[in-house]
Amino acid sequence: MDALFSQLFAGLSLGSVLLLAALGLALTFGQMGVINMAHGEFIMAGAYTAFVLQLVIPDAGVSLLVALPVGFVVGGLLGLLLEVTLISRMYRRPLDTLLVTFGVALVLQQLARDIFGAPNVDVRAPAWLSGAVPFLGMNLPRTRLFILAIAILSVVVLSLVLKLTPLGRRIRATVQNRDLAETSGVSTRATDRLTFFVGSGIAGIAGVALTLLGSIGPTLGTNYIVDAFLVVVVGGIGQLKGAVIAAFSLGILQATFEYSTTASLAKVLVFVVIVAFLQVRPQGLVSVRTRSLA
Amino acid sequence: MSAAAQGPATDASATDAATPWWRRPAMRVWGGVAIAAVVLFGLAPALLSDFRLNLLAKFLCLAMVAVGIGLAWGRGGMLVLGQGVFFGIGGYLMAMHMKLSDAGPDGVPDFMLLYGDGIVPGWWEPFRNPVVTILAILVVPAGLAALLGLAVFRRRVRGAYFAILSQALAAAFAILLVGQQKVTGGTNGLNGFRSFFGFDLADPLNKRMLYFIAAGVLIVMVLVVRLLMASRYGELLVAVRDQENRVRFLGYDPANVKVVAYAVAACFAGIGGALFAPIVGIISPADVGVIPSIGFLVGVAIGGRATLLGPVLGSIAVSWAETGLSEQFPSFWTYFQGALFILVIAFLPQGFASLGGLWRRRRGATSEGTPPAPPTTTAAAVDDGGGGDDADAAVESSRTAGRHA
Repeated sequence: MDALFSQLFAGLSLGSVLLLAALGLALTFGQMGVINMAHGEFIMAGAYTAFVLQLVIPDAGVSLLVALPVGFVVGGLLGLLLEVTLISRMYRRPLDTLLVTFGVALVLQQLARDIFGAPNVDVRAPAWLSGAVPFLGMNLPRTRLFILAIAILSVVVLSLVLKLTPLGRRIRATVQNRDLAETSGVSTRATDRLTFFVGSGIAGIAGVALTLLGSIGPTLGTNYIVDAFLVVVVGGIGQLKGAVIAAFSLGILQATFEYSTTASLAKVLVFVVIVAFLQVRPQGLVSVRTRSLA
Repeated sequence: MSAAAQGPATDASATDAATPWWRRPAMRVWGGVAIAAVVLFGLAPALLSDFRLNLLAKFLCLAMVAVGIGLAWGRGGMLVLGQGVFFGIGGYLMAMHMKLSDAGPDGVPDFMLLYGDGIVPGWWEPFRNPVVTILAILVVPAGLAALLGLAVFRRRVRGAYFAILSQALAAAFAILLVGQQKVTGGTNGLNGFRSFFGFDLADPLNKRMLYFIAAGVLIVMVLVVRLLMASRYGELLVAVRDQENRVRFLGYDPANVKVVAYAVAACFAGIGGALFAPIVGIISPADVGVIPSIGFLVGVAIGGRATLLGPVLGSIAVSWAETGLSEQFPSFWTYFQGALFILVIAFLPQGFASLGGLWRRRRGATSEGTPPAPPTTTAAAVDDGGGGDDADAAVESSRTAGRHA
């Protein structure tokens, strides 16, 4: 029973990381149909933001709390810049966007390597996150719980924004039918920009959170981007529901396979399960209803 | 309604009167092959040092992957992000055979003694046999691609979803290789081969032979793609890329069409990998992961993804530039590669091979002062004017079709 619970927690913890990495991606992919390969580098930018802030603010606890909103803004601004300069010119060519943003990712990675150096750097975790919380005979690391909380909070805030605010209404309208939304007076251009800002901002938050789990380096984003994509594929182009279910399912699946085999074999098994799953639901878990044949 | 769909018969009738014989598509292809053969078999070995020739042989292996990508992505519209998997399978299969034959009959490869318990796993044993190895190199990558393709395309998963899945396959494969160190050599991969089917790899003469094999295989691959594209299958492939549903409504199964192109591309990548291993002397997870898999695409995109020779020339040019530049400015190269992706894909999506066509059309439009012709005449005009090859015509006519659609 203990083993089961600790597996479950390992899965939830992995799922929360996946969710943070994929949440923004799901948002921008759902709305604009573009796949942003540079999303991983926005995560990296968030992580380095936390690193820089810690150099400025010596208190690890304060710097972490400051880093979360600043990371959001840094990631968001990078995303906004990318959207305005490149993606806005080529939406409706989603596959090409993928390659263009890969080019951006390469440049950002090298930029990080030139600025911060190739070796990994560490961000100190604050004292109040050290140690573990005993729960049902297990010790749950505080950092993991904190990340889980950030993930849940992000989902809650984002879904409230989508449900209640005018921006959320515009985003939902654009996702469901871009042309009709435009006809009804929604500026889809402005909505795209804001969506990209928010989506990329969440990547920045994810980066700050990841500094709690290990050292950070220029390739931090690449390690997460493929998994984040898989979450989006399994989740489907819905609202946030699909991404949340997919992230936690894949996290738990991965943790379970790792427990019974090895970490490397688990990756392959998860991939096989995903392909098998797509046989049943090729459109992913949640999808916006559409009459288009495409 | 594309030039490719009208088939070779129209080519001949349209070109008979107006075009001199040396500008006809068939002649251009054979002429191109002849030039390539002279350059690859005559000039390069005569002019290059053994070191440079080996380097060129490596580029040719990478170009083989590019030919396959040109077929699947350029002609078939499938963005294949994970060709590193098939490249890696081919490379590792060949490497396994070379390690086993270096170890001698019933011998154990050195790295297994180092990391493992010194027992050759059962699934390695068949690759002691050279015939089995060659067959496996031809069949395993294609078979894996066919399986994945059937699973994915039958359920109409495509576009970005397919791209992500193929990429995830590459990521999982690289992680698997690193994780199973006892049988794959882990991060170091397999290296230190001494012989290739009984030929000593240290002998420069045998290195030269490997180069000629690579050059010959590459030319054959280009011809295979050319034949495929000239056939009814080639028309279907382009049709699926441009209007998948229309093909479906005509009674064809687009999934089968795509699976074939994906499997052929995988087979080419596998062969490329299989020759890469003896030529370069190492195959490791660093050659097959996500980043190298996407890296294969940049040469294809630059050369012109939907043309016959564009992927080959683009891939060789990029490899050559990378070797030259990254030795001197390692960090500059990454910026350069990123910029290439951004500029070429965003502003020149058909690659440099399309520049000729663009220029011709602009010149034609200004000198004659006529508005763009209706689709049929445009297609014929493109055939007449002639691009790098008749694949250019396919690209341009499909673009024309898009404009009129």
